Amino acid sequence: MMKSIIHIEKLSKQYRIGSRQSSYPTLRDAIAGTFRAPLGRLQQYKRKPAKTIWALKDVDFEILPGEVVGIIGRNGAGKSTLLKVLARITEPTTGQIQLYGRIASLLEVGTGFHPELTGRENIYLNGAILGMKRMEIGRKFDEIVAFSEVDKFIDTPVKHYSSGMYVRLAFAVAAHLEPEILVLDEVLAVGDVAFQRKCLGKMDDVAHHGRTVIFVSHNMQAVRSLCKRVIWLQEGKLHGAGESSAIVDKYLQASLGGSDLLNLDKVIAGLPPDPNFCLRSVALEQNGQATTLALSSQPLEVVIEFSVLKRTAGLHVYVSLLDSDETVLLESINNGASEELPIVDAGDYICRLTFPAEFLAPRTYEVSIKAGIANVRSCLPQPIRMRFQVEASGKFNQAFPGYSTPGKLAPLLDWKTERTSTKIGS
Amino acid sequence: MDLIRKGEVLALEPTPASPEQELQATPFQLPEKPLVVIEAGKSRLASYFHDLWIYRELLYFLTWRDVKVRYKQTVLGIAWVLLQPLLTTTIFTIFFGNLAQVPSDNLPYPLFVYSVMLPWTFFASSLTNSGNSLVTNANLITKVYFPRMIIPAAAIAARFVDFAVGFVVLIGMMVFYNVSPTTSILMLPILVLLVALLTLGFGMWTSALNVKYRDIGVILPVLVQLWMFASPVVYPSSLVPDKYRWVYELNPMTGILEGFRASLLGQRFQWRALGISMIITLLLLMYATFAFRRMEKRFADIV
Repeated sequence: MMKSIIHIEKLSKQYRIGSRQSSYPTLRDAIAGTFRAPLGRLQQYKRKPAKTIWALKDVDFEILPGEVVGIIGRNGAGKSTLLKVLARITEPTTGQIQLYGRIASLLEVGTGFHPELTGRENIYLNGAILGMKRMEIGRKFDEIVAFSEVDKFIDTPVKHYSSGMYVRLAFAVAAHLEPEILVLDEVLAVGDVAFQRKCLGKMDDVAHHGRTVIFVSHNMQAVRSLCKRVIWLQEGKLHGAGESSAIVDKYLQASLGGSDLLNLDKVIAGLPPDPNFCLRSVALEQNGQATTLALSSQPLEVVIEFSVLKRTAGLHVYVSLLDSDETVLLESINNGASEELPIVDAGDYICRLTFPAEFLAPRTYEVSIKAGIANVRSCLPQPIRMRFQVEASGKFNQAFPGYSTPGKLAPLLDWKTERTSTKIGS
Repeated sequence: MDLIRKGEVLALEPTPASPEQELQATPFQLPEKPLVVIEAGKSRLASYFHDLWIYRELLYFLTWRDVKVRYKQTVLGIAWVLLQPLLTTTIFTIFFGNLAQVPSDNLPYPLFVYSVMLPWTFFASSLTNSGNSLVTNANLITKVYFPRMIIPAAAIAARFVDFAVGFVVLIGMMVFYNVSPTTSILMLPILVLLVALLTLGFGMWTSALNVKYRDIGVILPVLVQLWMFASPVVYPSSLVPDKYRWVYELNPMTGILEGFRASLLGQRFQWRALGISMIITLLLLMYATFAFRRMEKRFADIV
């Protein structure tokens, strides 16, 4: 078996909140407190114990050399604490980490940049802060400048830089670090799309050179495409670990779903009565579960339950798909394909409209549900609307990982590309 | 053009690893023992100093940054380094030398003051500068690892540059007043080292305390001001009655400042005072190192 490069055992980190820490915020209070109650120092320990939280609790895992591992979890799950402990910024409360390689951490882009210094000076300063040797920076200087694309302004103080230039320069320095283990915190979320793409490329390059990368990101697409393995933290504990796609899917499904649904029930209950039609419920379902977060790799169903109170001719249910700018992308009508007006008998009904897998783009959509009698009237005073989010998963129509499609929809269409000749221009 | 299957994740910007790269990709040989073990409360002093050595270039760069940035956007620039002690010396000469007729051990008063104004300004400005250094560099502390001692040390080193530059004026003044150095000048490097170590001791300690108790940063300039009058800057220590001399000499700056005067202007050394300074400096430095390392662990959490 391969030996791991990072070995984490029973790692815990406790933070004190409130009470003792804040009881002596200044020296004056500390002195006054000592005089007022000479025994106070002793009593302190008798008082009710200070409130504490475990930012990390008994986390164990191993990372092999050359692995690219993503760490995911909600805000406050302990991701940043884990990185801070790994980067030796803060000490663990208990537990142990063994590192079998040199480590560099990048928890922020441009740490220590000084606005008054020029780009050139900041490259050296920032490089030294990140642990590079002066010789090493000198050797890579031209490469760094070229990568940052700010060569014209390299002798201008960075306070005159645009924020984009600033970020590019900062990332360029970091991208040229050569540790055996690289720890990254959400640093890919900066810069414009083209630059992000370049950074992702650089990261992949780093991984190809056998370096171990640990990174935290909320960009699930980046996690999915860059990492083989993912670690999922929840409330400071290891909630899951394994093959990235599987864990990311589970995480996404757990983290959203069932948010506005209560509200929707109220809206439906408050609808004015209609002599012909009564809406019972609407829902979005994926894999038989109600959700407001859909994975692009699986079909998504709009489920509508209603009762028809008496036999009605021309009763239709309409579903529209809108994007977040309220542009109607499509409208679909039940019985829309029939040539004659449908005649619907009284009774309870359930409609299921399916958006196929690999059809929706990763963006926010809205479905709008209407019902009405053709050429007579609408049965709902206003459409019922449901907002939902699609996350990219599985096969996906993209130019590179992290690509954001300009299309409102992203169906996987069939492409056939053939080489017609090996000679050019024949 | 190669056939691209639908949905396949395309190659990232730099083309996928060539066979050559694949070879390189074989992970390097892992060491037998871990390079670093991260654990609560366990870090040996030896490995700490080893880290300090590894990060020595950072000390250089942080010092360089402080020096570089300080006089940016000033008209006079680096000239301020010379002007500041000169102006103070002029003011002190007018008020203490001429008006109050403070004795100066038979030396020209401006030279008498300026010779100790250099180490004093270094000590005083370093102390206020390093006292706040950890707080002003909080962004580094919470984002990157390196031995934290580098921060107050760099704050002091930046002022040390001023200190060195200030000697240019001193030489000019010595020529002007026709005072030539004697063999006592050989003590100068030791005195410079001593004042640097004393400053480092105080600087580390106050900067660490200031992380938790910000009061330190407020009170420090006031204390430093008082301290100047408790040290032989504008008057000679011979002015202090013999009965109280030993108390006076417990101030480590007494021995150091009189030492500077003696070394530069060829006066008699006050060995007892100097000895006391050395002992206090040593003790303080040891205590400050210990205290700093103890408090350092929580900097990132409370700064």
